Amino acid sequence: MASDGHDVTVIDEDGEALQRLADSWPGRFIHGHGLDTTVLVEGGIETADSVVVSTDGDNTNIVIAQVARTRFGCPCVVVRVLDPGRAAFYAAQGLQTVCPTSGAIDVVTEAICATPGRSA
Amino acid sequence: MYILIVGGGKVGSNLTSTLMHMGHEVTLIEGERERYALLEERFEHVVRPGDATELFVLERAGIERADLVVAVTGDDEDNIIVCQVAKEKYGVPKVIARVNDPRNQQHFDMIGITLTVSATATILALIEHELPQHELVTLIDLKRENLEIVEFAIGSESPAAGKFVRELSLPNRSRLISVTRDGRAEIAIGDTKLAPGDLVMAILEPDVEDELKSQLMPA
Repeated sequence: MASDGHDVTVIDEDGEALQRLADSWPGRFIHGHGLDTTVLVEGGIETADSVVVSTDGDNTNIVIAQVARTRFGCPCVVVRVLDPGRAAFYAAQGLQTVCPTSGAIDVVTEAICATPGRSA
Repeated sequence: MYILIVGGGKVGSNLTSTLMHMGHEVTLIEGERERYALLEERFEHVVRPGDATELFVLERAGIERADLVVAVTGDDEDNIIVCQVAKEKYGVPKVIARVNDPRNQQHFDMIGITLTVSATATILALIEHELPQHELVTLIDLKRENLEIVEFAIGSESPAAGKFVRELSLPNRSRLISVTRDGRAEIAIGDTKLAPGDLVMAILEPDVEDELKSQLMPA
């Protein structure tokens, strides 16, 4: 997103996460927890057009996404949920969920089904 | 009542035995293997292993027929999700959540989990209550009833110092409960005269807190 010219801020509780970004990282980096509203405000959530929530915790992501949407009125909130069950439930509740697990299953299923079996 | 308890730490396990003694049907869900093994020795079939934020774990534990779900893990996000799913997906009539970090209280409120218990906030309030100098302390917060019980000290600058309770123009939706002087408490009545150093307890609807403050504490 940053290399496409968007103004991006990253929030991570692991300060070393910054090192995984390129040395030329043009955006901002804030060290803190995404559920801490002062950190979110510092990151500019009140004026952000989009929020992407993709920590490694499904429940943390779902809660942050609801805070971004309901409390801060962010127009576009995308949330990563690994568990297909929770992803489906919260998608039905109106959250824009991305489920890498379902995505991977779809890709694998498609690959298997697209290949003719030995007997064919 | 069928009660589902999520989180088998000190709170969850003690709650399980208390509720069982009261005659309720209880299932306790614990996600950590080692802790589950210990709990299983004590509670046998009442405890089940699993991550209660996974829907199938809740379903196998019979969430559809639960009258009450109590989420008391050490993780606020897990507690929020368990309660939200219980309420909104499975229509559980009553959910209670534990708030570990008082700063997360606002998120529970926003998501609509109105019944919460916060040991940290309660301990802080009780310690503040024991300190000689304190402003207004919320001792009990009855969210569902929209009432709170607060305590505050009457300072020498207080507009209420030297006045009888009946002379005060307190907000309609508030009452003084008691006055503690030199360690002795008395029920507050119209003829109670307030003096500097008194600790006053009051019950009120939270939105009149500022109005009550202005009557009893210096501006």
